[in-house]
Amino acid sequence: MKILKINKENILPFLEHLNSFGELHAPQKKGKKSSSYQIVTDPSKVILSNEKYTRTILPIKKFFHKPIDTMMTFSPQKGYEDAYEDEGRKVIFGVHSCEINALLTLDRVFAGKYVDTYYFRRRQNTAIIGISCIPDEYCYCHSMGTSFVEEGFDLFLSDVGDAYLVKVGTSLGDDMVSTAETLFTEYEDKDLQEYKRRINEFPSLFKTKVDESDLPAILDMEYKSEIWEEMGNRCFNCGICSMVCPTCFCFDVYDEICLDGETGARKRCWDSCLFKSHAMVAGGHNFREKRADRFKHRFLHKHQEFMGEFGRPSCVGCGRCTQECPADIHFVGMLKTLKGDISCVHPEDE
Amino acid sequence: MIQFAQKALSYNPYLPHPCRIVSSTPQTKDTMLFKVRFEDDKLAENFIHKPGQFVQVSVMGTGECPISIASTPTRHGTIDLCIRKAGRVTEAFHELGQNALFGMRGPYGNGYPVEVMEGNNLLIIAGGIGMAPLRSLLSYALDHRSKFKEIILMYGARDRDDFLFVGELLSLQGRNDVKTLLAVENDSDGNWEGEVGFVTDLFHKLDIDAKTTYAAVCGPPIMYKFVIDNLLDLGFSKGNILMSLERKMKCGIGKCVHCSVGFKYTCLDGPIFTYWDAINMREII
Repeated sequence: MKILKINKENILPFLEHLNSFGELHAPQKKGKKSSSYQIVTDPSKVILSNEKYTRTILPIKKFFHKPIDTMMTFSPQKGYEDAYEDEGRKVIFGVHSCEINALLTLDRVFAGKYVDTYYFRRRQNTAIIGISCIPDEYCYCHSMGTSFVEEGFDLFLSDVGDAYLVKVGTSLGDDMVSTAETLFTEYEDKDLQEYKRRINEFPSLFKTKVDESDLPAILDMEYKSEIWEEMGNRCFNCGICSMVCPTCFCFDVYDEICLDGETGARKRCWDSCLFKSHAMVAGGHNFREKRADRFKHRFLHKHQEFMGEFGRPSCVGCGRCTQECPADIHFVGMLKTLKGDISCVHPEDE
Repeated sequence: MIQFAQKALSYNPYLPHPCRIVSSTPQTKDTMLFKVRFEDDKLAENFIHKPGQFVQVSVMGTGECPISIASTPTRHGTIDLCIRKAGRVTEAFHELGQNALFGMRGPYGNGYPVEVMEGNNLLIIAGGIGMAPLRSLLSYALDHRSKFKEIILMYGARDRDDFLFVGELLSLQGRNDVKTLLAVENDSDGNWEGEVGFVTDLFHKLDIDAKTTYAAVCGPPIMYKFVIDNLLDLGFSKGNILMSLERKMKCGIGKCVHCSVGFKYTCLDGPIFTYWDAINMREII
């Protein structure tokens, strides 16, 4: 892999340069304590330092699988017509490893026998520039095996103090660096030593840890555990954990009709398996009637069913669900309780 | 990635194709049998499905829902959809009227493994509207009569007016190469000559070698448990019991997750599951 070095004072010119590869989006301040991916109009507002932001409110799935997406328009004259809107090329800067891994998971979901045309047309049009990060108390990506990436990025920047080492992942990434040659240099031995020091230190920075091994079987055996009822009743079924989850992809499809009563659009929007309507069929039968059923389903889909389907859990350990839950449900704490594993750690212990 | 992007650019699997209602025949007070055909002749002639598969039906402005195909692939050109008024889309579909246009895409789902089932006896067990997908299998088997040994239909309905495909059932009763057993739950006027009771009450009339029989079951969720208990008592292997499941579906192509059961999707891996699949999947029935 081609690896270069960029000094930190060259990052702002490089962000300016990236604008020529598409509309640039990067994490910027949103509320007092929050940040989100926004269009970059002033590169100095881009949050680079990990001390100021760990995770954006919404993950980058919002760029590919939109919260509300117009799939097609319809009219009696023309029938159903594809309504995909080409928004042109985009560059997303400052993406963490867990998010890139989540995107690779979504790639698998939206590929397969039937290819999701909306997702992949946008995916094809978007460059991903990753950046290394430091975990906070909610992060447990290292436990989920998603704290590193080997693919899924065009460029990946790793902090080595006064500079970043830049991994070039694709031909497009190579274009980005080779057209701004003056900003990059070869890395030196001291950079490599610092890179290695940080890599080795990284696992010890995590406060939240969980061991997923054999969890599918344990979940199977704990299927009738009382904890589902107990926690299910605590859960508000608000669905926020699904909305902020980088690998939750359920969607609802609905028709919106115009005032003329004839024409309209078919849209899809994010859905959550915690919503009562999720498994309810015509006639009113609900395959997951109780709150506990739905709460359990979310866990099983993430940590058990995904194992069966793709050989790994879909959770990437970004910590958003626990951070955002209004009922203070600690998702790692749940796993810990279910596993009966004292080596699992989550901040509530402290 | 590039190969998926390529596919994504060339084909949108969510787009319904224009389709027309050729004819409609009332079945029960809330159920109609619609004969439909794609507007595009090529699409209509090339549409190949397996018994047990389904299509996604769109009514403009109302939405989309999954409907099982009630006709056999051995009869080309048109497709039969047996639709009960149960929700918004199906109610709107009933309002459409003769010759109306609607949207359709498919076929989806795995369908019955007919190649594997051939050479064996076929036991079809239907409850209520569950007869719709099974009619596809039954017609297929009758059109390939020599490929199956015994064919038996067990069909239960709430009362005598609730049977679907009555004309066809009557003609079946005149055939000696098919055994037709019918049951009604209520016989208010006392004129019913068949069994009065549940479809499971028909099992005592059954004389069949379970080892060389495939049982295809479709009906309301409550029916499965009792039917399966009876089949297991008769010595059926779990893999020879084929169930057709209903779930909420939005996309039909394994993306939206509404139909997930365990790590399987009803729309991709089903809707036909064996009982062996079922005992390895939670909340299936």
